[in-house]
Order: sequence, then C-alpha cells, then structure tokens
Amino acid sequence: MWSTLRERGISYLIVGPFAIVLAFPFYWMLVTAFKTNGDLYDLNNVPFTYHPSQAAVGEKLPFRHDHWLPFGFENATTSHVSFIFHNTNYLRWVENTAVVGGLVVAITLLFAVPAGYSLARLSGRWGQSVGVGIFLTYLVPPTLLFLPLSRVISKLGLQDRIWSLVLVYPSFTIPFATWLLMGFFRTIPAELEDAALVDGCSRLKALARVIFPISIPGILTVVIFSFSLCVNEFVYAITFVSGTKQHTISAGVPTDLIRGDVYFWQSLMAATLIPSIPLALLYNSFLDRFIAGFTGGAFR
Amino acid sequence: MAAVAEARPQSRRFRDLLEDRRFLAPALIGPAALFIVLLVGAPLVLAIYLSMTDATAGQLTGKFVWFHNFVDAWHNDNFRRALRNTIVFTLASQAIVLVGAGILAHALVRPFRGRWFLRLLILLPWAAPVAVSTIGFLWIFDSQFSVVNWTLVHDLMPGGGHFYLYRPVNWVLGGIDHLPWVHVGKIQPLNPPQWLGQPTLAMLAIIFVQAWRILPFATVIFIAGLASIPTEVHDAAKVDGATGLRKFWHVTLPLQLPIATVALLFGIVFTATDMTVVYILTSGGPFNSTHMLTTWAYQTGIVSSNLGEGAAISLYLLPVLLVVTVLMLRFARRVEVS
Repeated sequence: MWSTLRERGISYLIVGPFAIVLAFPFYWMLVTAFKTNGDLYDLNNVPFTYHPSQAAVGEKLPFRHDHWLPFGFENATTSHVSFIFHNTNYLRWVENTAVVGGLVVAITLLFAVPAGYSLARLSGRWGQSVGVGIFLTYLVPPTLLFLPLSRVISKLGLQDRIWSLVLVYPSFTIPFATWLLMGFFRTIPAELEDAALVDGCSRLKALARVIFPISIPGILTVVIFSFSLCVNEFVYAITFVSGTKQHTISAGVPTDLIRGDVYFWQSLMAATLIPSIPLALLYNSFLDRFIAGFTGGAFR
Repeated sequence: MAAVAEARPQSRRFRDLLEDRRFLAPALIGPAALFIVLLVGAPLVLAIYLSMTDATAGQLTGKFVWFHNFVDAWHNDNFRRALRNTIVFTLASQAIVLVGAGILAHALVRPFRGRWFLRLLILLPWAAPVAVSTIGFLWIFDSQFSVVNWTLVHDLMPGGGHFYLYRPVNWVLGGIDHLPWVHVGKIQPLNPPQWLGQPTLAMLAIIFVQAWRILPFATVIFIAGLASIPTEVHDAAKVDGATGLRKFWHVTLPLQLPIATVALLFGIVFTATDMTVVYILTSGGPFNSTHMLTTWAYQTGIVSSNLGEGAAISLYLLPVLLVVTVLMLRFARRVEVS
C-alpha cells in the first residue's frame, strides 16, 4: 500500500514539473484569449487574473453580472475569440488544414504501404540500401527545395491553391512512412503470408487480406505522424499559397492576425488553442497504439 | 466470344507476373520512388545547379560561376555565425530533449492514476502547429508584457509578503558567474531581461522553444523503446539482484541506446533543417545574431534575392547531416546486434 503510494508520488514529482513547463504556454494562451485590451495592456494588473477596465470599442463583457466567477472572470470578454470566427477566414483555414492533412495521409499510405512491404519482403540486400536512401531524403532542408518546387508548382498551374500543398507534402511524409512500415512488416512472421499463398491467395491478395489487418498499429502510427507533420509544416505553406482563403492554419494565422507591427494577441492565442486541444486529445487516445506501431517498426 | 477467350491467357500471364518477385518488388516500390525522385531528387539537382550560378530572384537560370557562391558565403561573417549558431542550437536543444525525454519516459511508462491527463498536457506542444505555438512564445517573451518577467520581478506573496523570484535566481546566476568561462549578468528588477532583444538571451529562448517543441515526440519514442524491452529482461535483472541505478546503467540504458539514437537522429534533422521557430521568434535578429543556416539562406536567397548564394548556403548543411546520419544509423544497428 505505502510502496504504491510512494511510487505514485515519485511519478507525480517527476512528471508534474515537466507537465507544468510544457503546458504553461497553453494555460497562458487561455488566460490571454479572454482579456480586454484595457486589462491586457495594463502593467499594474496581475496578468493571471482578470481586471475591470474601460472596454474598448466592440468589446462585449458577457459575464459582467456573474460576480461569483473566480479570478475576476466577470471582466473577461469573448469578443476577441469570436473575432477570428466572424472577421477572418479561420474556419476555412481549419478546413483547409484538415483537407490537406487527410489527403496527404491517404496519398502517403497509397504509396508507402506497397513500398514498405516490398522493401521488407520482396527485395533482398538492395532493399536495405533503398530503405536507407529513402530515409536520407529527409536531410534535404525545405529551404533548399522550395525554390525549384515553386517553379514546378507554377508550371502545373497550382500556385496559390491548396493542391500545391497536397502535391508537395507527401515528399516528406512518404520517406518516413516507407521507412517505418518497412520495419513494421519485417516483424510480421513470413509464415502468415506463406500460409495464405499455399491456400491459393495471390501475393497482393495476401497483402490486402492478411498483412494489412495485422499492420493496423503501424499504419496508425504513420497516419498520426504524417498528419502531425502536415499540420506543423510552415515554409511551404507560406511560400506556395498566398490567397487568404487557401491558407492552412500555420500560414493563415501569422499572415492575417499580425498586421505589420500590430499583434491581435487575444485572437492569436485563441487561434492556437482551438486546433491544439482536440489534436492533443486525439493523439493521446491513440498513443498506446501509436507506441505499439513504433516498437513493432522502426527499431527492428 | 473470341475476344474473351483470347483475353484469358493474357490476364493469367499478367497474374503470373504479379507473383514474380523480380517484377513485383520494383513495381511496388516504383510509385513511391518515382514520387521522391520527382519531388525531392529533381529539385535538389536544380538547387545544386542554382548554387553554381549567379541566378537572382524571379529566374531559375544564370551565368555558371562554379563554386564562387560557396566561397562568397564562407567569407561572410554572418554565415560563420549562422553555422556556429546552427551547431549550438541543434546540440543544445537536443541535449535538453534527450535528458528530459529519458526522465519523462521512465516515469510515464508505468501506469498510475492521472497519467492520462498528465500525458495530455505533455503532448500539447506536439499537437499545436509549431508556427502558431511559437507566436504564443512571442507573447510570453514580449518586450513589455512578458509574463516571465512579471513573475520574476513582482512580489509573489499575497499581502505584501515580499517574495521576489528574481532574488533566488540572481543568487544562482551569481554562482554561475564564478565559473571561468561564462559571464552572465544579474536580473535587474527595474530593467528586466529582453528575451528576444539581446543576442545571448534570444539564442537561449530559441533553444528553449525548440526543445519544448521536440520533447513530447521524443518522449513518445522513448516510451516506445522502454515498452519494447521484454519483461523477462526485468525479471532476469531482478534475479541477478540489479536494482536502481545499476539496473539502469547495465540493463535499461544499453537496451535503450538504439531507440535513443533514432530519436536523437530525428531531433537533429528536424532541428537543423527547420527554420520555423527561429523565423517567427527573431527572424535572425537582433543584428543578425541568431541566424541559423536555414534562415540565413532564406534571407540571402529570398529577401536579398540572391538565389545562387542562398542555395549554396543551404547546401553546406547537407554533407554534415549526411555524415551524422550514416554514423548514427550504423551505431544504432551495431548496438542492436551486440
């Protein structure tokens, strides 16, 4: 009893400080997002709570009669959060990010599953070299590639459209996915498909019916990892697409919510929080299977 | 009818072809390889060509000048500083990540109450698009309204209890000042640190944000590594009487090395080739003091529209990363075998 309590206490003592440091920026974004300008830009105020202030034009205080709220939240405004929904293309950026991410994940799987399988099972020694070669494409920095690539994209007439990103993003998701799946397929006993082959399955059928279902953890790892790479990508997103309706979150938020030297801090913070929390929930729920995919894959 | 009869043997021949490894293996890799060759290989070749021309913005051709751009870039002080910064930035942030992820993974691999929620908090920096979460740090390190500075210089004890955080921090900094090779000032409450406005502090801020951003993912990989150690190994260690640090040193650490190497490799590559954090936090400033090779290449190639030299600067990174990667992959494999 005491030893488990002590063990749990040690876990809290170790994980707690890390969690505080890693999550603090998000707590701070949450506090900032609901502040009035008068409150935010007053150096005499304690920054962690809300204070009464002269409301700026257009700042609504929906909680002003709810004096029971903690931290002075009755002085909070929701205007800066609703601003991004009503006065910017924010929802459109979220949608674009989801579309680009989804399509890129689909394209990645379509290319990487057969390639990974082939490298793991069908090709002999040269498969190893091709595998390492594919991994090496990671080393080429995007700052080097985006100049020639922007030329390719304008040749194809894709400039300023999200399709340019759908085309380019697989260039960094496929290498990783192939490399990871190659490792994952190696851990699956060859006897499984041999049995299917003996039973009269063709190799492609064996891949689809036998290998694919037991590879779900590995594939899930690829899905989550590729999606997170797409959401995080910034250099291509900002150079290939310039129309505000075609932006992803990464490009739209910095270009539309920062005007010259004017930072709309509250709106910026809300714009960061809104995608982060559901994504973190999603990643966390799949984390155990993600880990299973990794242990089965990249390191064998 | 005749057409159907004729088609059948042909489709069988095609099916036989699909069973043949010599055909099937390249056929399955082909599309992926073609994609990579077209969208990474070809642009890379074009970029290498560009680096040897005097091309300027708007055109992708120019006079062939051999290695002139590389020599030119090398003789620029900003380039030298960017090269040094890239190495410091990469090594320092990855050192933090390695230690942090190692500790965190050990604590998180066992289940305990509240783990799900704590893990959620830890995953947040990975889930947030890095470009926008870095803007969050722009606000945290703001020159006037920095919450870090507020916490440092204001009385944190309610009711005028006079507890100022900068005092213990200054005490530590004073200790560091006695070391021969570092000279740090102390925090002055009336003139709090300008995190992004002063070269050394800006470098520290960039390193911190990059470590903050990579740490969750590295932790996940480390957890995967720990989870893959078979329970028999732990049992065997227990039977042999290995506990605590000795077990960590002789059992856990060697088994963790390959996975740690791969995590580190990813961290190094991501950090050295990505300019997002630096670009948004400081854009290389103040006074070009925090440029990395990536941002300096962007500055030269795009902002100053000197495409050839920009490409040359980017290319300096490639051989270094190549050597690092080959060494680390080889190391990971050798450790695994032994």
